[in-house]
Amino acid sequence: MAETVAGPAHDGADTVPEFPMPRASRCPFDPPPGLKELQEQGPLAKVRLWDGSEPWLVTRYAEQRAVLGDPRASADTDQPGYPTKASAEAGEGKLSFIMMDDPEHARLRRMVTAPFAIRKVEALRPAVQRIVDGLIDDMLAGPGPVDLVEAFALPIPSLVICELLGVPYDDHAMFQDNTRTMVRTTATPEERGAATREIAGYLAGQIARRLTDPKDDLLSGIAGRVAAGELTHGQATEMALLLLIAGHETTANMITLGTAALLEHPDQLALLRDTDDPKLVASAVEELLRYLHITHLGRRRAVTEDIEIAGQVIRAGEGVIMVNEIGNRDPEVFEDPDRLDITRDARRHVAFGFGVHQCLGQPLARMELQVVYGTLYRRIPTLRLACALEDVKFKHDAFIYGIHELPVAW
Amino acid sequence: MKVELEADKCVASGQCVVAAMDVFDQDDDGIAILLTEQIGDDQLDDVKEAVAVCPAAAIRLVQA
Ligand code: HEM
Ligand code: SF4
Repeated sequence: MAETVAGPAHDGADTVPEFPMPRASRCPFDPPPGLKELQEQGPLAKVRLWDGSEPWLVTRYAEQRAVLGDPRASADTDQPGYPTKASAEAGEGKLSFIMMDDPEHARLRRMVTAPFAIRKVEALRPAVQRIVDGLIDDMLAGPGPVDLVEAFALPIPSLVICELLGVPYDDHAMFQDNTRTMVRTTATPEERGAATREIAGYLAGQIARRLTDPKDDLLSGIAGRVAAGELTHGQATEMALLLLIAGHETTANMITLGTAALLEHPDQLALLRDTDDPKLVASAVEELLRYLHITHLGRRRAVTEDIEIAGQVIRAGEGVIMVNEIGNRDPEVFEDPDRLDITRDARRHVAFGFGVHQCLGQPLARMELQVVYGTLYRRIPTLRLACALEDVKFKHDAFIYGIHELPVAW
Repeated sequence: MKVELEADKCVASGQCVVAAMDVFDQDDDGIAILLTEQIGDDQLDDVKEAVAVCPAAAIRLVQA
């Protein structure tokens, strides 16, 4: 793809701030100060993206939820005005229903909702507890320091999603390497394309095998839809790819970022370490989701018919970005929003988005995080960073915010 | 008070079940179902929470 970056759209464009913005170097857990400033100024602001386009940034909670719940805001990346995240994303194939609108989005999403129902997810809790305990045993058996990402945070969601889909965990290195390339904003279109093709080819093979030899797993369910003529083989592969990718990096990054944030807030860590109340653990999970917010590039939509937001008409063909990270720090909704307080009621956060695209995997993500936060610090009460916080490499360059490597000791 | 649920809007987020276990459940496909339509005063706060967190605006509270 030729890299022709368009110039500023109109005069005076140099007053339009660029997005994404840098975080303050000493505050890796806080949104960029520039975003907080925009939020203070008003619910809407124009920003400039990597390609020179100037979509609207929706900064406040109420307006973010309103747009995300509005069918005139399209998730289809091919719609005119859709704000793409990076050059690597432009021109990529569709990642199944996360990039579609209703009614097709609903038709496809409903094919895979069953395993994410609360009861089904609860039934997996003992298995997740065993996985978490096993990984902690392994860590404690060896010498510290270890990288919490490799030793703990990535294997948990990998094992769980492989189990759910029915793919052999032995192949996890291939998924992990390729998903990391796919979520790296600095990856070239070629690198992203190659990574996507490798996983997609693998999943297509797994689905093909289940067409003749179905098992009791989610991929067999998806293969069944192909057999029934409800999905093409290509659509089925994309759907499996979405589930595999969405379930990996997200949860892993919440585990490492959450741990780093708690280590920086010893009073909050102590509350969690000393409790056996599942309600407090659940509350800590909601608060950390609110406070950290890993999908830092925002929920993105293209407006297909004029809509009015906070007195401003957004025209059809314009892009909108809802940065939930600052929605979750909106003082109108969360008192003293920049304070991490695991005892507050944070349940209304928008870390999983809002509207019809709200995270399908949220019951699973919540359960995994409850087991992790409820176990890790109790079993390793002396857990500490094995380097200075300043030396931890945060993922400023990824679609999903998090930590590249987190050396810990005990 | 009475709860109303528009099941065809539901996106199976499970949020209502988490907020109010004794009022909402999910069918085999994860789509929300009502365990009761009439709710008592002691359930009102939980159901209000469910209304607030439902991403699909599928739940309403109406005067019985
Ligand atoms: C803490 C972990 C997670 C976070 C913060 C998270 C966040 C999100 C967000 C913000 C969206 C909305 C996208 C949009 O509106 O454009 C989303 C969608 C989605 N997530 Fe997650 N997610 C997490 C874990 C998971 C897991 C474990 C899975 C399961 C396999 C998953 C599967 C999905 C799927 C399939 C969608 C697309 C839903 C749709 O478009 O209808 N996520 N996620
Ligand atoms: S909260 Fe709304 S979308 Fe989620 S399961 Fe309940 S009714 Fe469905």
